[in-house]
Amino acid sequence: MSLDLLLNLATGLLMLAGGGFAVTGGVGLLRFPDFYTRVHAVGLTDSAGAGLILLALLLQVPDWGTAVRLVLIMLFLLVTGPTATQALAQAARRDGVRIWLDGERDRG
Amino acid sequence: MNTLALLNVFLFAVLVATALAITRIRALYAAAMLASLFSLVLASLFVMLDAVDVAFTEAAVGAGVSTVLFLSVLALTRSREAVTPRRKRWPAGLVVLLTGGTLLFASQDLPPFGAPDTPVQQHPVTDVYLVDSTEQIGIPNTVTAVLASYRGYDTLGELVVIFTAGVAVLLLLTRLPHPQDPAGAPESAAPARYPDRASVVLADYRVLRVVSKLLMPFILLFACYVLFHGEYGPGGGFQAGMILAAGVILFGLVFGLDVARRVLPRPVLLVLIAAGVLLYAGVGVADLLLGGAFLDYDVLRPGSPQAGQQLGILLVETGVGITVAAVMTAVFFSFAGRGVSR
Repeated sequence: MSLDLLLNLATGLLMLAGGGFAVTGGVGLLRFPDFYTRVHAVGLTDSAGAGLILLALLLQVPDWGTAVRLVLIMLFLLVTGPTATQALAQAARRDGVRIWLDGERDRG
Repeated sequence: MNTLALLNVFLFAVLVATALAITRIRALYAAAMLASLFSLVLASLFVMLDAVDVAFTEAAVGAGVSTVLFLSVLALTRSREAVTPRRKRWPAGLVVLLTGGTLLFASQDLPPFGAPDTPVQQHPVTDVYLVDSTEQIGIPNTVTAVLASYRGYDTLGELVVIFTAGVAVLLLLTRLPHPQDPAGAPESAAPARYPDRASVVLADYRVLRVVSKLLMPFILLFACYVLFHGEYGPGGGFQAGMILAAGVILFGLVFGLDVARRVLPRPVLLVLIAAGVLLYAGVGVADLLLGGAFLDYDVLRPGSPQAGQQLGILLVETGVGITVAAVMTAVFFSFAGRGVSR
Protein backbone atom coordinates (compact mmCIF):
# COMPACT_ATOMS: atom_id res chain seq x y z
CA MET A 1 0.00 0.00 0.00
CA SER A 2 2.72 2.44 0.89
CA LEU A 3 4.35 1.89 -2.50
CA ASP A 4 1.06 2.82 -4.15
CA LEU A 5 0.86 5.94 -2.05
CA LEU A 6 4.41 6.86 -2.96
CA LEU A 7 3.73 6.33 -6.67
CA ASN A 8 0.56 8.41 -6.51
CA LEU A 9 2.42 11.14 -4.70
CA ALA A 10 5.20 11.16 -7.29
CA THR A 11 2.62 11.19 -10.08
CA GLY A 12 0.86 14.14 -8.52
CA LEU A 13 4.10 16.05 -8.12
CA LEU A 14 5.21 15.38 -11.69
CA MET A 15 1.77 16.33 -13.00
CA LEU A 16 1.89 19.54 -11.04
CA ALA A 17 5.37 20.34 -12.31
CA GLY A 18 4.34 19.55 -15.90
CA GLY A 19 1.23 21.65 -15.60
CA GLY A 20 3.31 24.43 -14.11
CA PHE A 21 5.66 24.35 -17.08
CA ALA A 22 2.73 24.38 -19.48
CA VAL A 23 1.15 27.40 -17.77
CA THR A 24 4.53 29.16 -17.66
CA GLY A 25 4.92 28.54 -21.37
CA GLY A 26 1.49 29.95 -22.05
CA VAL A 27 2.15 33.05 -19.96
CA GLY A 28 5.48 33.48 -21.69
CA LEU A 29 3.84 33.21 -25.10
CA LEU A 30 1.54 36.06 -24.17
CA ARG A 31 3.93 38.28 -22.24
CA PHE A 32 7.37 37.98 -23.80
CA PRO A 33 8.50 40.90 -25.94
CA ASP A 34 9.60 39.35 -29.27
CA PHE A 35 9.33 36.29 -31.45
CA TYR A 36 12.43 34.49 -30.22
CA THR A 37 11.63 34.72 -26.54
CA ARG A 38 8.09 33.55 -27.26
CA VAL A 39 9.31 30.55 -29.21
CA HIS A 40 11.57 29.77 -26.30
CA ALA A 41 8.59 29.84 -23.93
CA VAL A 42 6.49 27.56 -26.12
CA GLY A 43 9.38 25.18 -26.57
CA LEU A 44 9.49 24.82 -22.81
CA THR A 45 5.83 23.81 -22.77
CA ASP A 46 6.37 21.23 -25.47
CA SER A 47 9.32 19.47 -23.96
CA ALA A 48 9.25 20.00 -20.22
CA GLY A 49 5.50 20.26 -19.73
CA ALA A 50 4.43 17.35 -21.90
CA GLY A 51 7.48 15.32 -20.90
CA LEU A 52 6.79 15.62 -17.19
CA ILE A 53 3.11 14.82 -17.61
CA LEU A 54 3.97 11.73 -19.65
CA LEU A 55 6.47 10.75 -16.99
CA ALA A 56 3.71 11.05 -14.42
CA LEU A 57 1.46 8.83 -16.49
CA LEU A 58 4.29 6.36 -16.85
CA LEU A 59 4.16 5.78 -13.09
CA GLN A 60 0.53 4.70 -13.35
CA VAL A 61 0.67 2.24 -16.24
CA PRO A 62 -1.32 -0.98 -15.88
CA ASP A 63 0.84 -3.10 -18.23
CA TRP A 64 3.97 -3.13 -20.33
CA GLY A 65 2.27 -2.37 -23.63
CA THR A 66 1.02 0.97 -22.37
CA ALA A 67 4.41 1.77 -20.88
CA VAL A 68 6.19 1.13 -24.17
CA ARG A 69 3.70 3.30 -26.02
CA LEU A 70 4.11 6.12 -23.51
CA VAL A 71 7.89 5.96 -23.77
CA LEU A 72 7.64 6.05 -27.56
CA ILE A 73 5.36 9.09 -27.42
CA MET A 74 7.78 10.76 -25.03
CA LEU A 75 10.76 10.08 -27.30
CA PHE A 76 8.78 11.38 -30.26
CA LEU A 77 7.91 14.58 -28.41
CA LEU A 78 11.48 14.99 -27.18
CA VAL A 79 12.71 14.84 -30.77
CA THR A 80 10.01 16.81 -32.57
CA GLY A 81 9.40 19.60 -30.05
CA PRO A 82 12.88 21.12 -30.05
CA THR A 83 13.11 20.57 -33.80
CA ALA A 84 9.96 22.58 -34.40
CA THR A 85 11.20 25.32 -32.09
CA GLN A 86 14.55 25.45 -33.80
CA ALA A 87 12.99 25.50 -37.27
CA LEU A 88 10.67 28.35 -36.27
CA ALA A 89 13.50 30.41 -34.82
CA GLN A 90 15.73 29.80 -37.79
CA ALA A 91 12.97 30.68 -40.24
CA ALA A 92 12.35 33.90 -38.34
CA ARG A 93 16.05 34.72 -38.47
CA ARG A 94 16.15 34.11 -42.21
CA ASP A 95 13.14 36.33 -42.60
CA GLY A 96 14.98 39.06 -40.75
CA VAL A 97 12.86 39.22 -37.60
CA ARG A 98 14.80 41.46 -35.27
CA ILE A 99 15.91 40.37 -31.86
CA TRP A 100 14.55 42.33 -28.94
CA LEU A 101 17.28 44.12 -27.11
CA ASP A 102 17.14 45.09 -23.48
CA GLY A 103 15.63 48.48 -22.87
CA GLU A 104 13.54 48.58 -26.03
CA ARG A 105 9.82 49.12 -25.89
CA ASP A 106 7.62 46.08 -26.47
CA ARG A 107 6.75 45.57 -30.09
CA GLY A 108 3.54 43.56 -30.53
CA MET B 1 -20.84 17.87 -12.30
CA ASN B 2 -18.19 15.21 -12.60
CA THR B 3 -14.75 15.52 -14.14
CA LEU B 4 -15.73 14.14 -17.53
CA ALA B 5 -18.53 16.63 -17.94
CA LEU B 6 -16.18 19.41 -16.90
CA LEU B 7 -13.64 18.27 -19.48
CA ASN B 8 -16.34 18.15 -22.14
CA VAL B 9 -17.51 21.65 -21.32
CA PHE B 10 -13.93 22.92 -21.41
CA LEU B 11 -13.22 21.29 -24.78
CA PHE B 12 -16.46 22.65 -26.23
CA ALA B 13 -15.57 26.11 -25.00
CA VAL B 14 -12.18 25.89 -26.71
CA LEU B 15 -13.90 24.59 -29.85
CA VAL B 16 -16.34 27.49 -29.97
CA ALA B 17 -13.59 30.01 -29.23
CA THR B 18 -11.48 28.59 -32.03
CA ALA B 19 -14.38 28.71 -34.46
CA LEU B 20 -15.08 32.33 -33.56
CA ALA B 21 -11.41 33.18 -33.93
CA ILE B 22 -11.36 31.59 -37.40
CA THR B 23 -14.27 33.73 -38.51
CA ARG B 24 -12.73 36.91 -37.09
CA ILE B 25 -9.16 36.52 -38.26
CA ARG B 26 -8.11 37.93 -41.63
CA ALA B 27 -4.67 36.39 -41.96
CA LEU B 28 -5.39 33.12 -43.66
CA TYR B 29 -2.18 31.37 -42.59
CA ALA B 30 -3.24 31.89 -38.99
CA ALA B 31 -6.76 30.75 -39.88
CA ALA B 32 -5.37 27.53 -41.35
CA MET B 33 -3.43 26.85 -38.17
CA LEU B 34 -6.55 27.57 -36.11
CA ALA B 35 -8.50 25.15 -38.28
CA SER B 36 -5.89 22.57 -37.42
CA LEU B 37 -6.40 23.33 -33.73
CA PHE B 38 -10.16 23.03 -34.26
CA SER B 39 -9.72 19.53 -35.66
CA LEU B 40 -7.44 18.54 -32.80
CA VAL B 41 -9.96 19.69 -30.17
CA LEU B 42 -12.70 17.93 -32.10
CA ALA B 43 -10.61 14.76 -32.08
CA SER B 44 -10.23 15.08 -28.31
CA LEU B 45 -14.00 15.37 -28.01
CA PHE B 46 -14.41 12.23 -30.09
CA VAL B 47 -12.04 10.44 -27.74
CA MET B 48 -14.21 11.60 -24.85
CA LEU B 49 -17.15 9.96 -26.62
CA ASP B 50 -15.13 6.73 -26.96
CA ALA B 51 -15.15 7.07 -30.74
CA VAL B 52 -11.44 6.41 -31.03
CA ASP B 53 -11.44 5.42 -34.70
CA VAL B 54 -13.23 8.62 -35.69
CA ALA B 55 -10.92 10.68 -33.49
CA PHE B 56 -7.93 9.06 -35.15
CA THR B 57 -9.26 9.94 -38.59
CA GLU B 58 -10.06 13.49 -37.54
CA ALA B 59 -6.58 13.99 -36.12
CA ALA B 60 -4.84 12.53 -39.16
CA VAL B 61 -7.00 14.26 -41.76
CA GLY B 62 -8.08 17.51 -40.14
CA ALA B 63 -5.12 18.39 -37.98
CA GLY B 64 -2.49 16.77 -40.18
CA VAL B 65 -2.77 16.52 -43.90
CA SER B 66 -5.48 19.07 -44.64
CA THR B 67 -3.52 21.78 -42.82
CA VAL B 68 -0.56 21.16 -45.09
CA LEU B 69 -2.87 21.26 -48.11
CA PHE B 70 -4.38 24.55 -46.88
CA LEU B 71 -0.91 26.02 -46.45
CA SER B 72 0.29 24.91 -49.86
CA VAL B 73 -2.85 26.40 -51.42
CA LEU B 74 -2.26 29.66 -49.56
CA ALA B 75 1.26 29.73 -50.97
CA LEU B 76 -0.37 30.02 -54.41
CA THR B 77 -2.93 32.68 -53.63
CA ARG B 78 -3.20 35.75 -51.46
CA SER B 79 -2.91 34.98 -47.79
CA ARG B 80 -5.26 37.70 -46.58
CA GLU B 81 -9.00 37.45 -46.60
CA ALA B 82 -10.79 40.15 -48.58
CA VAL B 83 -13.07 42.34 -46.47
CA THR B 84 -16.73 41.83 -47.28
CA PRO B 85 -18.72 45.09 -47.28
CA ARG B 86 -20.93 45.37 -44.28
CA ARG B 87 -24.21 45.51 -46.18
CA LYS B 88 -23.36 42.27 -47.97
CA ARG B 89 -22.91 40.44 -44.72
CA TRP B 90 -26.45 40.25 -43.43
CA PRO B 91 -27.84 37.65 -45.92
CA ALA B 92 -25.06 35.27 -44.93
CA GLY B 93 -25.60 36.08 -41.28
CA LEU B 94 -29.31 35.38 -41.68
CA VAL B 95 -28.61 31.99 -43.26
CA VAL B 96 -26.18 31.11 -40.47
CA LEU B 97 -28.62 32.15 -37.75
CA LEU B 98 -31.48 30.25 -39.38
CA THR B 99 -29.43 27.08 -39.79
CA GLY B 100 -28.02 27.30 -36.30
CA GLY B 101 -31.47 27.99 -34.86
CA THR B 102 -32.94 25.01 -36.70
CA LEU B 103 -30.17 22.75 -35.45
CA LEU B 104 -30.58 23.99 -31.90
CA PHE B 105 -34.34 23.45 -32.14
CA ALA B 106 -33.85 19.95 -33.56
CA SER B 107 -31.35 19.06 -30.85
CA GLN B 108 -34.20 19.33 -28.34
CA ASP B 109 -35.53 16.04 -29.73
CA LEU B 110 -32.25 14.19 -29.28
CA PRO B 111 -32.30 11.56 -26.54
CA PRO B 112 -30.16 12.29 -23.48
CA PHE B 113 -26.55 11.17 -23.77
CA GLY B 114 -26.21 7.44 -23.17
CA ALA B 115 -29.97 6.81 -22.86
CA PRO B 116 -30.67 3.07 -23.02
CA ASP B 117 -34.09 3.24 -24.69
CA THR B 118 -33.10 4.83 -28.00
CA PRO B 119 -33.56 3.06 -31.34
CA VAL B 120 -29.79 2.84 -31.65
CA GLN B 121 -29.58 0.75 -28.50
CA GLN B 122 -32.72 -1.31 -29.02
CA HIS B 123 -32.54 -2.17 -32.70
CA PRO B 124 -31.60 -5.83 -33.19
CA VAL B 125 -28.79 -4.89 -35.57
CA THR B 126 -26.83 -3.55 -32.59
CA ASP B 127 -26.70 -7.05 -31.18
CA VAL B 128 -25.66 -8.45 -34.53
CA TYR B 129 -22.72 -6.06 -34.72
CA LEU B 130 -21.62 -6.28 -31.12
CA VAL B 131 -22.27 -9.95 -30.30
CA ASP B 132 -22.47 -11.96 -33.49
CA SER B 133 -19.42 -10.30 -35.03
CA THR B 134 -17.13 -12.07 -32.61
CA GLU B 135 -18.42 -15.38 -33.96
CA GLN B 136 -18.77 -14.47 -37.61
CA ILE B 137 -15.59 -12.47 -38.01
CA GLY B 138 -13.65 -12.93 -34.82
CA ILE B 139 -11.84 -9.61 -34.54
CA PRO B 140 -11.97 -7.48 -31.41
CA ASN B 141 -12.44 -4.10 -33.06
CA THR B 142 -16.12 -4.02 -33.98
CA VAL B 143 -15.70 -0.75 -35.82
CA THR B 144 -13.40 -2.38 -38.33
CA ALA B 145 -15.73 -5.35 -38.66
CA VAL B 146 -18.70 -3.08 -39.40
CA LEU B 147 -16.73 -0.80 -41.68
CA ALA B 148 -15.03 -3.38 -43.83
CA SER B 149 -17.35 -6.35 -43.73
CA TYR B 150 -20.95 -5.65 -42.75
CA ARG B 151 -20.87 -2.26 -44.43
CA GLY B 152 -18.37 -3.15 -47.12
CA TYR B 153 -20.51 -1.59 -49.84
CA ASP B 154 -20.56 1.77 -48.08
CA THR B 155 -16.83 1.77 -47.57
CA LEU B 156 -16.31 0.90 -51.22
CA GLY B 157 -18.53 3.87 -52.04
CA GLU B 158 -16.46 6.13 -49.81
CA LEU B 159 -13.29 4.93 -51.43
CA VAL B 160 -14.72 5.65 -54.86
CA VAL B 161 -15.60 9.15 -53.64
CA ILE B 162 -11.98 9.70 -52.61
CA PHE B 163 -10.81 8.23 -55.90
CA THR B 164 -13.12 10.52 -57.87
CA ALA B 165 -12.09 13.57 -55.86
CA GLY B 166 -8.43 12.76 -56.42
CA VAL B 167 -8.93 12.31 -60.15
CA ALA B 168 -10.87 15.57 -60.34
CA VAL B 169 -8.17 17.52 -58.50
CA LEU B 170 -5.49 16.03 -60.72
CA LEU B 171 -7.49 16.85 -63.86
CA LEU B 172 -7.91 20.45 -62.73
CA LEU B 173 -4.38 21.06 -61.53
CA THR B 174 -2.23 19.12 -63.95
CA ARG B 175 -0.88 21.20 -66.79
CA LEU B 176 -0.22 19.12 -69.82
CA PRO B 177 2.51 20.17 -72.25
CA HIS B 178 1.13 22.78 -74.61
CA PRO B 179 0.63 21.32 -78.10
CA GLN B 180 2.29 24.28 -79.84
CA ASP B 181 5.23 24.30 -77.51
CA PRO B 182 7.94 22.20 -79.13
CA ALA B 183 9.94 21.91 -75.96
CA GLY B 184 6.92 20.48 -74.18
CA ALA B 185 7.06 20.43 -70.41
CA PRO B 186 6.31 23.99 -69.32
CA GLU B 187 7.21 23.00 -65.81
CA SER B 188 10.86 22.73 -66.64
CA ALA B 189 10.97 26.19 -68.21
CA ALA B 190 8.97 28.13 -65.69
CA PRO B 191 11.13 28.01 -62.55
CA ALA B 192 13.71 30.28 -64.15
CA ARG B 193 11.37 33.24 -63.71
CA TYR B 194 11.24 32.79 -59.96
CA PRO B 195 14.50 31.11 -59.09
CA ASP B 196 14.01 31.96 -55.43
CA ARG B 197 10.71 30.21 -55.15
CA ALA B 198 12.08 26.95 -56.51
CA SER B 199 15.11 26.93 -54.31
CA VAL B 200 13.27 27.45 -51.06
CA VAL B 201 13.70 24.03 -49.63
CA LEU B 202 13.67 23.29 -45.96
CA ALA B 203 16.67 21.00 -46.44
CA ASP B 204 18.83 24.02 -45.64
CA TYR B 205 17.67 23.56 -42.07
CA ARG B 206 20.11 20.95 -40.93
CA VAL B 207 18.32 19.96 -37.73
CA LEU B 208 15.04 19.57 -39.56
CA ARG B 209 16.70 17.47 -42.24
CA VAL B 210 18.38 15.13 -39.81
CA VAL B 211 15.33 14.75 -37.59
CA SER B 212 12.92 14.11 -40.43
CA LYS B 213 15.31 11.54 -41.86
CA LEU B 214 15.44 9.97 -38.42
CA LEU B 215 11.67 9.90 -38.03
CA MET B 216 10.77 8.82 -41.56
CA PRO B 217 11.13 5.06 -41.07
CA PHE B 218 9.08 5.26 -37.87
CA ILE B 219 6.31 7.19 -39.57
CA LEU B 220 6.10 4.61 -42.33
CA LEU B 221 6.28 1.78 -39.80
CA PHE B 222 3.51 3.39 -37.77
CA ALA B 223 1.36 3.64 -40.89
CA CYS B 224 1.80 -0.08 -41.50
CA TYR B 225 1.06 -0.78 -37.83
CA VAL B 226 -2.16 1.23 -38.01
CA LEU B 227 -3.15 -0.56 -41.19
CA PHE B 228 -2.52 -4.11 -40.02
CA HIS B 229 -3.47 -3.53 -36.40
CA GLY B 230 -6.83 -2.03 -37.38
CA GLU B 231 -8.55 -5.30 -36.58
CA TYR B 232 -7.40 -5.15 -32.97
CA GLY B 233 -7.12 -1.49 -32.08
CA PRO B 234 -8.27 1.80 -33.48
CA GLY B 235 -7.10 2.39 -36.98
CA GLY B 236 -7.49 1.01 -40.44
CA GLY B 237 -7.03 1.84 -44.06
CA PHE B 238 -8.11 5.48 -44.00
CA GLN B 239 -5.91 6.46 -41.09
CA ALA B 240 -2.95 4.46 -42.34
CA GLY B 241 -3.23 6.04 -45.78
CA MET B 242 -3.29 9.48 -44.21
CA ILE B 243 -0.23 8.79 -42.08
CA LEU B 244 1.62 7.37 -45.06
CA ALA B 245 0.72 10.46 -47.09
CA ALA B 246 1.79 12.68 -44.19
CA GLY B 247 5.18 10.95 -44.20
CA VAL B 248 5.63 11.50 -47.91
CA ILE B 249 4.47 15.10 -47.60
CA LEU B 250 6.95 15.73 -44.80
CA PHE B 251 9.66 14.26 -47.02
CA GLY B 252 8.59 16.50 -49.89
CA LEU B 253 8.52 19.58 -47.68
CA VAL B 254 11.94 19.03 -46.21
CA PHE B 255 13.89 17.62 -49.13
CA GLY B 256 12.12 19.40 -51.94
CA LEU B 257 9.44 18.34 -54.33
CA ASP B 258 11.82 17.12 -56.98
CA VAL B 259 13.41 14.57 -54.71
CA ALA B 260 10.03 13.37 -53.50
CA ARG B 261 8.85 13.07 -57.10
CA ARG B 262 11.86 10.99 -57.91
CA VAL B 263 10.88 8.61 -55.12
CA LEU B 264 7.24 8.52 -56.17
CA PRO B 265 6.98 9.46 -59.84
CA ARG B 266 3.66 10.63 -61.17
CA PRO B 267 2.85 7.51 -63.20
CA VAL B 268 3.41 5.35 -60.14
CA LEU B 269 1.03 7.51 -58.10
CA LEU B 270 -1.61 7.36 -60.82
CA VAL B 271 -1.35 3.59 -60.94
CA LEU B 272 -1.55 3.36 -57.14
CA ILE B 273 -4.66 5.57 -57.00
CA ALA B 274 -6.48 3.12 -59.24
CA ALA B 275 -4.83 0.04 -57.75
CA GLY B 276 -6.39 0.52 -54.30
CA VAL B 277 -9.93 0.78 -55.62
CA LEU B 278 -9.31 -2.14 -57.96
CA LEU B 279 -7.99 -4.23 -55.08
CA TYR B 280 -11.11 -3.50 -53.05
CA ALA B 281 -13.52 -4.20 -55.88
CA GLY B 282 -11.35 -7.13 -56.97
CA VAL B 283 -11.88 -8.82 -53.60
CA GLY B 284 -15.60 -8.46 -54.22
CA VAL B 285 -15.32 -9.96 -57.68
CA ALA B 286 -13.21 -12.80 -56.33
CA ASP B 287 -16.01 -13.53 -53.86
CA LEU B 288 -18.43 -13.65 -56.75
CA LEU B 289 -16.20 -16.07 -58.65
CA LEU B 290 -15.84 -18.28 -55.58
CA GLY B 291 -19.60 -18.56 -55.33
CA GLY B 292 -20.47 -15.98 -52.66
CA ALA B 293 -22.09 -12.59 -52.82
CA PHE B 294 -20.19 -9.42 -53.74
CA LEU B 295 -17.89 -8.54 -50.82
CA ASP B 296 -18.98 -11.62 -48.87
CA TYR B 297 -15.58 -12.72 -47.60
CA ASP B 298 -16.81 -16.01 -46.13
CA VAL B 299 -15.90 -17.87 -49.30
CA LEU B 300 -12.32 -16.59 -49.54
CA ARG B 301 -11.06 -19.43 -47.37
CA PRO B 302 -13.16 -22.51 -48.06
CA GLY B 303 -14.21 -24.24 -44.85
CA SER B 304 -13.28 -21.38 -42.54
CA PRO B 305 -15.53 -18.35 -42.89
CA GLN B 306 -13.78 -16.58 -40.02
CA ALA B 307 -10.35 -16.74 -41.64
CA GLY B 308 -11.94 -15.69 -44.91
CA GLN B 309 -13.49 -12.66 -43.26
CA GLN B 310 -10.19 -11.66 -41.69
CA LEU B 311 -8.33 -12.06 -44.97
CA GLY B 312 -10.97 -10.10 -46.82
CA ILE B 313 -10.93 -7.27 -44.28
CA LEU B 314 -7.15 -7.06 -44.44
CA LEU B 315 -7.12 -6.93 -48.25
CA VAL B 316 -9.89 -4.37 -48.37
CA GLU B 317 -8.22 -2.15 -45.77
CA THR B 318 -4.98 -2.36 -47.71
CA GLY B 319 -6.82 -1.20 -50.81
CA VAL B 320 -8.30 1.73 -48.90
CA GLY B 321 -4.88 2.65 -47.53
CA ILE B 322 -3.19 2.57 -50.93
CA THR B 323 -5.77 4.76 -52.63
CA VAL B 324 -6.03 7.27 -49.77
CA ALA B 325 -2.26 7.65 -49.50
CA ALA B 326 -1.80 7.97 -53.25
CA VAL B 327 -4.63 10.49 -53.66
CA MET B 328 -3.37 12.68 -50.81
CA THR B 329 0.20 12.56 -52.04
CA ALA B 330 -0.82 13.33 -55.61
CA VAL B 331 -3.01 16.25 -54.51
CA PHE B 332 -0.16 17.67 -52.43
CA PHE B 333 2.32 17.24 -55.28
CA SER B 334 0.09 19.03 -57.73
CA PHE B 335 -0.58 21.95 -55.38
CA ALA B 336 3.02 22.31 -54.31
CA GLY B 337 4.22 21.74 -57.86
CA ARG B 338 2.27 24.76 -59.07
CA GLY B 339 3.87 26.85 -56.38
CA VAL B 340 7.32 25.89 -57.53
CA SER B 341 6.80 26.27 -61.25
CA ARG B 342 5.02 29.62 -61.31
